[in-house]
Amino acid sequence: MSNATTGVPSSGGAQKVSAINEVVIRIAGNSQDGIQAIGGFLARLAGRSEQEVMTFMTIPATISGGASIFQVRMGSGEVLSSGDEADVLLAFYQHSYDAHIASLKKGGIVLYDSDHVVPNEELKQKYHHLGIPISGLTVEAIGGTAKDKGKNIFALGLIAKMFDLNMPKLEKLIGERFTGKDPSILNNALAAFHAGHANPLGNVLETFKFVDAQKKDGQQVVMNGNEAIGYGLIAAGVRFGAGYPITPWTDIMELLRRELPKYGGCFIQTEDEIAAISMAIGGSYAGRVAVTGSSGPGISLKTEALGWAIMAEMPLVIIDVQRGGPSTGMPTNIEQSDLNIAVNGGHGDAPRVVIAPANVEDCFYMAIEAVNIARKYSVPVILLTDQGIATRIEAFVEPNLEKVCQNIGPDFTPIADHKPYDLSAANGISHHVPPGTKINSGKYPIVTGLEHDELGHPTGSPKLHMQMTAKRRKKLQALAATLPLPKIYGPSEGNVLLVGWGSTEGPIKEAVDRARAAGDSVSSIHIKHINPLPNGLENIFSGFNHVLVVEMNDEGLYGFGQFGAILRARYCDPKIQGINKTDGLTWKVKEILERTKTNLSAGLSKI
Amino acid sequence: MSETLLEKPAVNAAAPVTEERKGLTKKEIAADHPTWCPGCGDFSVLALYFKLIEKRKMWHEKITTVAGIGCSSRFPYFVQAHGAHYIHGRALPFASGISLSRPDLHVFVFGGDGDAFSIGGNHFNHTARKNIKMTYCVMDNWVYGLTKKQTSPTSPLGFKSKTDIWGAVDYPINPLKQAIAAGATFVARTTHTNPNHVLQMMEAAMDHDGFSFIECLSECVEFYEGAFDASNPRKGGVFNEVPKTHDVTDELAAYKLAGTDFPGHFGIFYKVNKPTKNAKEAEIIKNYQSKVTGQQPWQILQKNFDKMK
Repeated sequence: MSNATTGVPSSGGAQKVSAINEVVIRIAGNSQDGIQAIGGFLARLAGRSEQEVMTFMTIPATISGGASIFQVRMGSGEVLSSGDEADVLLAFYQHSYDAHIASLKKGGIVLYDSDHVVPNEELKQKYHHLGIPISGLTVEAIGGTAKDKGKNIFALGLIAKMFDLNMPKLEKLIGERFTGKDPSILNNALAAFHAGHANPLGNVLETFKFVDAQKKDGQQVVMNGNEAIGYGLIAAGVRFGAGYPITPWTDIMELLRRELPKYGGCFIQTEDEIAAISMAIGGSYAGRVAVTGSSGPGISLKTEALGWAIMAEMPLVIIDVQRGGPSTGMPTNIEQSDLNIAVNGGHGDAPRVVIAPANVEDCFYMAIEAVNIARKYSVPVILLTDQGIATRIEAFVEPNLEKVCQNIGPDFTPIADHKPYDLSAANGISHHVPPGTKINSGKYPIVTGLEHDELGHPTGSPKLHMQMTAKRRKKLQALAATLPLPKIYGPSEGNVLLVGWGSTEGPIKEAVDRARAAGDSVSSIHIKHINPLPNGLENIFSGFNHVLVVEMNDEGLYGFGQFGAILRARYCDPKIQGINKTDGLTWKVKEILERTKTNLSAGLSKI
Repeated sequence: MSETLLEKPAVNAAAPVTEERKGLTKKEIAADHPTWCPGCGDFSVLALYFKLIEKRKMWHEKITTVAGIGCSSRFPYFVQAHGAHYIHGRALPFASGISLSRPDLHVFVFGGDGDAFSIGGNHFNHTARKNIKMTYCVMDNWVYGLTKKQTSPTSPLGFKSKTDIWGAVDYPINPLKQAIAAGATFVARTTHTNPNHVLQMMEAAMDHDGFSFIECLSECVEFYEGAFDASNPRKGGVFNEVPKTHDVTDELAAYKLAGTDFPGHFGIFYKVNKPTKNAKEAEIIKNYQSKVTGQQPWQILQKNFDKMK
């Protein structure tokens, strides 16, 4: 909790009210307790209050029950990460208390359900303890029939009290959440909420108030990364897709299945991962860029078909929401270990585009970018996200949907002649013509996975194989020339450049802020175009003594993470080193700082 | 440009849909010369597909031919029309993607027994049960021909192949039973040696609103010569049509008939009308679109965004 001004004790020696810029609240309970709902309310409240918000959620892989946490960081200034340490821990059970008390910063507040938690006496010195019989008081407030239901909303009331949150806005959010249901449910929820808010908060001597937020450019929307991708695809004009359920991709397919019919489209749940990509490719072949997606294991299954789409030069968007691997791995943990399969997965020389959003807002816009690259270059595009972004709720400035939404319906206008693999096409970029299009020359295209001539007919010609292989590669080289260089965060020259990709942008930037505040010369860049890379990165690297690639994957046999290895191969620069980890959790800012120091003090041992 | 998958796509005014055209000639439909071995049964299946296109006055641009991998799957290269040569075993989901997003096209899928029942077995069952509108013609030769004589899922017990030099030991699949059990709504059997019958089955399959499956015996003269002689009157065999008394809507009767020993029967074993997945998805789309009548896509999306503020 960062204090903006010194707390002013209120008169009467009761609770004092301190002004704060931001707060990190960790809510720990079981997965069926509705703790995600509390987090969701807080995140949306922050969004509506023009505050920055960032959340971090872990969901157990178990079907029901099991420990689950939701961490929300809300602030009046820019919030970059979900926070290393919590200011407040809300613990519903003994196991929640025991497992998460260490995540509190010294002097932090642990708010626990005294009906379930017996606090550790030794820890009372280190943290403010506030025991409230949440379960009992909830039953008191709404009657015994609700059992454990409603205590999350009671706890939300407690938090609202503690942080002087906007009650009418929260009541409205609760109303929206329970709208259309039995009115007694909404009444119970509001009763629990008010009971929590009316609680005198026991021995806590301090409550808090956010300083006014900086005015944002416009209205904010609040959603998680998976939702942003789903809606981004719809805005891009995607109307057909197919998928198979796998965590953490499933939310996207559920959203598309539910939403697309309104737009005249449909999303098909297939029998398996291979059928899913095949059906999507069939949809693209039929004339409109289609989408499929999965997580690691499913991406492995899809690679043969991906190779076909590359060979046949078919536009396609593939979403890969990464999780811990290999194999079934850690289905609900975060890892960035699918980069290799995204960039190189499959057999043969198979160039494809890989782009990686850095935050929830990116998920929306880069879904559209993926569709447009796929169309323009007639190539599969992999949108590489991860479990972190997928479940993270963030606020961002509402897009102008009227401007952003596009119509990419197929065009069946008859054409004079068509070569699906025209070797004379500029930069090798030819386009697919869907069935239903009359070709006046009477020569019709075959799209194929066999090496082919310009009309798509099979060939064993060494010359054609060389020409076509080069054609498929040149398209990506042409794309590279159009890609913007990432902006440097911090000065463009210095000692250390941290390089990140994907969901790690926030903690890396925050690490730069902290390092610079401590007088260290650290900058960062975040690369969103992974394959091809934008041209000219070497000019950025040349401004620094050390280039450290921060990734959530293994350091590999030769000491470099997956992206680090690509950058080393690309730039042959021994100053490119890696900072890697595989604990399945998001980067903490202090981890990045410590690892940067260790890496530098060890010298360039790995060359 | 068409915005919804429900509409038949608008064609540029330069080629009005009411245009009267003659049926295509064989010369106009034929593309590459087939690479099949001389005497291969697949030649006659191709010739009859041409005949179907000619007879039914189908236009180039409306013909969509899809195949997986195998000798017979080379099919699309030989047809002068839009076509796709996809990967091994996955032609059906690919074709489903076309079928479900393009109500104006009837997709024909050609393939072999390995493609359909071995590597693609899962897709066969699910495409059939979902009743996705298309015609699937499996040219069954009881052997892997492209890879030069290995046991196929339809190879009869005892067939000597390079992977079963002592004779096949695995019980073969009965494609018709498989199709009926999976929920296919049109199941027929024919043989390349009876051209009129092949054409008859193709026409009936094409006219069926749903997943129509044809098992077409197609002899591999190179690796399984004489496999189907017992069904060919010219080779001393018998060509038994499905009995006129057979009720094609009787699933159990069809299943039983499909179990008759080789050469068995030829004709339509099973045909029922059930709503297709295409129709069901179109219904869902229609219902949802009726709730947003007159709204642009961005306005529909705006409603979602308004809820996320």
